[in-house]
Amino acid sequence: MKQKETDFEVRSLDTMCVNESELVHPWWYNFKYAAVGVIFGIVFIKAEIISWFRIQEMFKLQSFHMYGVIGTAVVVGAISVFLIKKLKIKTIHGEEITFTNKKFNKGQVYGGLIFGLGWAITGACPGPLFAQLGSGSLAVIVVIASAIAGTWVYGKFRDQLPH
Amino acid sequence: MIETLTQPWPWYVAGTIIGLIVPTLLILGNRHFGISANLRHMCAACFPSNIPFFKYDWKKESWNLFFIGGILVGGIISTQYLNSPDPVVIHPDLAKDLTQFGITDFSGLVPVQLFSFDQLFTVRGLIMMVGGGFLVGFGTRYAGGCTSGHAIMGLSDLQWPSLVATICFMIGGFLMTNLILPYILAL
Repeated sequence: MKQKETDFEVRSLDTMCVNESELVHPWWYNFKYAAVGVIFGIVFIKAEIISWFRIQEMFKLQSFHMYGVIGTAVVVGAISVFLIKKLKIKTIHGEEITFTNKKFNKGQVYGGLIFGLGWAITGACPGPLFAQLGSGSLAVIVVIASAIAGTWVYGKFRDQLPH
Repeated sequence: MIETLTQPWPWYVAGTIIGLIVPTLLILGNRHFGISANLRHMCAACFPSNIPFFKYDWKKESWNLFFIGGILVGGIISTQYLNSPDPVVIHPDLAKDLTQFGITDFSGLVPVQLFSFDQLFTVRGLIMMVGGGFLVGFGTRYAGGCTSGHAIMGLSDLQWPSLVATICFMIGGFLMTNLILPYILAL
């Protein structure tokens, strides 16, 4: 496909399609991912990761909490990825687990800074937004809608943006 | 058991569980932990508008939408059944700062004095909800990931571009909270 060549966001830059499975599963197999999401959502709330106040404390260096959460997650994640690679662990369906190297582009700097600004205002990254909505803060639907709009505007103008 | 669960969970418990989501998704089906791509899938599903960036088979990525659906349900479950009776503890300096701006209700995880439908009709609320959300959606896609895709999945796989992105997330956050947000909160 011609389009792929002009695509700045090559497969490696995104979760998008990096892990396309050859196997075809019935759609309800996806509920296993929903189950993982439920656990994630509970942790988000119970560890107060979705708290606007915790995010402010993080950026004011008033609390170690968020650094502890993210730091521990990275260490546990890194050990897991190392073991999966080392022991060549396969998926439960016997497929190989694959990793794609991310390629640097300027978007990680500009986009990263822009997201950082938004993160500190809303007190939430994309995952917690959905947990906040679930926790009963219905007005967060506005923040989510605006985030979708932001993504759309990026898609519309990405050819003009430095990458 | 339930009493332990309803208390706020310490960082090392939360961090360990979140870290374990990385191998769980990989082993369940070679899925790479990430959230913000969902915003792109929603655009692709609902408003592709003939934009090349949104012309792909989003249905192949539907696992990701199930994943955030689960997060939403998890939010409902923990609020309904595992709710802590104690108020959220806030650093006294933060409470003092926020009180200056008239934010005095620290009872919820999301401050109702900033994020509610009423606030949409104030300049401050509009900037924070609509403007903040826009920056999150625009920035994550521009960066190619968010805290989960870059900071957790990317760093776990020792990807240096993810480290660059994570450092930039933090710089942006520090700038906003310490230098810009006081002006927005004063509106």
